Amino acid sequence: MHIPDGYLSPQTYVPLYAAFAGFMAVALKKVRRTLSARNIPYLGMAAAFSFLIMMFNVPIPGGTTGHAVGASIVALVLGPWTAVVAVSVALIIQAFLFGDGGITAIGANCFNMAVVMPFVSIAVFKIVRWKASGGWRVYLAAFLSGYIGLLAAAIVTAVEFGIQPLIASADGKPLYAPYGMEIALPAMAIEHLVLFGVIEGLVTLLVLMYFMKNDRDSVYALREVK
Amino acid sequence: MSSFQKKLLVILAILAVLSPIGIILPEQFKAGDAWGEWSTDTIRELVGFIPEKMKETADLWKAPIADYNLGDEKSSFAVQALSYILSGAIGIVLCVLILFGISKLLEKKSE
Repeated sequence: MHIPDGYLSPQTYVPLYAAFAGFMAVALKKVRRTLSARNIPYLGMAAAFSFLIMMFNVPIPGGTTGHAVGASIVALVLGPWTAVVAVSVALIIQAFLFGDGGITAIGANCFNMAVVMPFVSIAVFKIVRWKASGGWRVYLAAFLSGYIGLLAAAIVTAVEFGIQPLIASADGKPLYAPYGMEIALPAMAIEHLVLFGVIEGLVTLLVLMYFMKNDRDSVYALREVK
Repeated sequence: MSSFQKKLLVILAILAVLSPIGIILPEQFKAGDAWGEWSTDTIRELVGFIPEKMKETADLWKAPIADYNLGDEKSSFAVQALSYILSGAIGIVLCVLILFGISKLLEKKSE
């Protein structure tokens, strides 16, 4: 889901840089207010977890590859605003040092995976969990938070790809990403519905269970509503 | 740092060591690039030409460890796997350092 350089036109990546910068500015303010000596070590670990989980490429046999992002579980444990900061740092390191995701696309990639995904994930978790503080409702909420969170990021990414031929073509030929919405949207949606979303869901569920057992009090999504 | 947090750090290190699974599995199941992350050569095969502006901007950045690989696509598996693990380790260290730095800056600002 890391959009490379050359796929997005400036009229797409410039506004997405601006949107991402706005969210990042607010996120840094929010994180400043909630920072505690106890959760500082978690921030770096959250970014590192997201960085690492994205290295585990999962194949669709004979097809494409994809991976979990980890933004859902980071949002559940540390809150969506902290997830914005942590996952962005992982994505920016990946772009500059490892060429995973373009430099011009940093705003877009951070918007998709570090903004859309954490907020969709936390919303899904809250709705599904409702008032439960444990049991199947919480587990289902965790799984769906990852599953739908990643799917949402994939759909936003697909839309960014899909609008390119419409907004940036010359003489009927695309100048950037060549596939229109009718191809990009189903391709990205189906692979994430069938496989990658399930993996994000399972990662989210397993890590949340591990936190509930060991440090439940620090889990943002279980603390907020009492 | 609590003992649970120390345990988490160990788990992250284990994930880095296991990360080559992320290059073995796609190879075993003959899976190609992620959708929308093709090289310009692959794009030419897929659509018959390289879009004009894509050709100009695709390679504007030379990453020091491109594709988490210190060798290239033809390097032995050992080189690729070790590069991958090293990349994971670099990722952990940088993430922890940068977030620690951001935390310290934010703490200072709120004092």
